[in-house]
Amino acid sequence: MTDASIDLQGLTKSFRGPHGVVRAVREVDLTVGPGETVALLGPNGAGKSTTIDMLLGLLEPDEGRATLFGKPPREAVAAGRTGVMLQTGSLIRDLSVRELLDMVASLYPVPLPVAEALVLTGIEEIADRRTQKLSGGETQRVRFAMALVTNPDLLVLDEPTVAMDVEGRRAFWTTMRELASRGKTVLFATHYLEEADAYADRVVLMAHGNVVADGAPTEIKAMVGARRIRATLPGPAVGDLAQLEGVTRAERHGETVVLACADSDRAIRALLARYPAARDIEIAGAALEEAFLELTGAEDAKEAA
Amino acid sequence: MSYLDYTRYELLRTFRNRRFVVFAFGFPLVLYFAIAAPNRHETDLGNTGISAPLYFMVGLVAFGTMNAVLSAGARIAAERSVGWNRQLRLTPLSARAYFRTKVLTAYATAFVTIVLLYAAGIALGVRLSSGEWVRMTVLILVGLVPFAALGVLMGHLLTSDSVGPALGGTTALLAFLGGVWFPISDHGAMHAIAQSLPSFWLVQAAHVGTGGSGWGGLGWLVMAVWTAAATVLARRAYRRDTGRV
Repeated sequence: MTDASIDLQGLTKSFRGPHGVVRAVREVDLTVGPGETVALLGPNGAGKSTTIDMLLGLLEPDEGRATLFGKPPREAVAAGRTGVMLQTGSLIRDLSVRELLDMVASLYPVPLPVAEALVLTGIEEIADRRTQKLSGGETQRVRFAMALVTNPDLLVLDEPTVAMDVEGRRAFWTTMRELASRGKTVLFATHYLEEADAYADRVVLMAHGNVVADGAPTEIKAMVGARRIRATLPGPAVGDLAQLEGVTRAERHGETVVLACADSDRAIRALLARYPAARDIEIAGAALEEAFLELTGAEDAKEAA
Repeated sequence: MSYLDYTRYELLRTFRNRRFVVFAFGFPLVLYFAIAAPNRHETDLGNTGISAPLYFMVGLVAFGTMNAVLSAGARIAAERSVGWNRQLRLTPLSARAYFRTKVLTAYATAFVTIVLLYAAGIALGVRLSSGEWVRMTVLILVGLVPFAALGVLMGHLLTSDSVGPALGGTTALLAFLGGVWFPISDHGAMHAIAQSLPSFWLVQAAHVGTGGSGWGGLGWLVMAVWTAAATVLARRAYRRDTGRV
C-alpha cells in the first residue's frame, strides 16, 4: 500500500491574539491520497493557511501530527517531494525570471526543465526580465512557476489566484488541469466556491478552524451554494413561507423576507403563485461567508453559551 | 545536489545590486581618498612612524570589510520581508548550505573591499613586502568570521525597516570602540572594553600591515568566544524564524 500524500490527525493550533487566545485550527483530520486534487475551501480566517503551514512543517501544531508520504513534513520537503506556493510572499530581486527558476530548480533532485516551467505558466515573454520589474499578476505567475519547476509529487497552493488577473487565472487553471492529469497530488486553498467546484475532485470545507464538510464538489455546492430569494412582502408569517416548495428556511426583516432555497426555481414559482403581491424580488447565490455561518452557526452558539 | 548553482546565483544577485555595490565598495574608497589623499606625503603620522596612506588604509580595510560582512544581515532581512526565507524552508536547501552560502557571499564582498582599498593604498604610495600583504590579509579574513555570524544573526532577528539603523549603529560603535578611527590607549577602562570586542582584534589584524604583531592568546580567545556565541544565536534565530514577517 502506498502512503497517503497528506495525512493530518487531530491537528490543533491556537494563537495568542489581542483579544485572547484564538483557536485557529481545531482537531483537523484529513487524508489525501496520491493523485487527488483537493480544494481546501473556506472564508478568510477559517484556518486554511494555518493548516497549510502545519502540514508543510513551517508551524508546529499544539496537538496532533502531520505527515507527508508517511514521513514528517520536513523530511518530505528535504527530499524535494513538495512544491509550494504560499499565500504571501514575493520574489528576491536582481535575478531574471529564468535565473530565479534555475536557482530554485537546482535545489531539487529531479526538477522540470526551466523552459518547460516557463511554457506551462505562460511566462516565456518575461523570462529575461528582472524580478523587481514585474507586475503583481506576473509575480504570481512566476511564483506558480517556482512551485512547478520543482516537479513535485505533491503541489500545495495557498490561495494561488488571489492576486491574478482574469487571464492569469484562466491560464493558471488550464495548467493545473494538465498537472493533475500527470498524476500529481494537488492541494489548493481557496475562498472561491466556483474554483473549488470547477477544479477539484474533492472539496474540504473549513470554517472556524474545523473541517465542516468533506465530499465531492457537487455535494458541497448543494450545501453552501444554495440560492436565496429576497422580496418585499408584508403579511405572511415566516412559518407559512418556510412551507413553500423548494424553501428550506425563511426570515423576516420588517417588510422584507429572505427565503433560503434548496431549489430556487421551484421556490420562486411557488412564492408568486401563492403571494402575487411579492415585489422587488432578487435571487442570488449565497455568499460563501453566509453559507458558512449557516453551517456552523449552531455550533458557535453552543460554544458562546 | 552541490548547491553550486545556488551559491553562484547568490553571488550574482549581490554584485548586481547597484546600490549595494556603490555603498559597500564606494563608500570606504571615497572615505579613504578623502582622508588619506590630502596627507599622502605625511610619512610619520602622529609620531607613529607610519605613513598616513598606510595608516588610513589599514583602518579603512578593517572598517570596510566589517561593514561589508555585516551587511549580509541587511540582505537577509530584506529577503525575509518578502517571505523568501519561508519559501526557502520549503525547498531541500539545508540550513548548513544556507549559512555557508550567506557567509561565502559576505566574504566575497569583503574580499572585493580589501582588493579595492589595497589598490587605492598602492596608488597613494603604500609599499609593503609580499609577506606583509599576505599575513595581513589572512588574519583579516580570519578576523571576519565572528562578523559574518553576527550579520546572519541580525538579519534573522531584525525586520527590514529596523536593520538599517541597527547595523549602522552597531558598525559605528564597534568601529569607534575597536580603534578604527583613532588608536585606543594601551591601558585603562577604554582599553579593557576595546579588547573584549571583535572589532579591536580586526583592527589589530589589519595593523599587521603597519608592523603590528597580530593576535596573542587573548585575541584568539575573544574572537573564538564571539564566533561561538554569534553562531549559536544565529542558528537559534534561524530555526525560530519560520513565521510570516
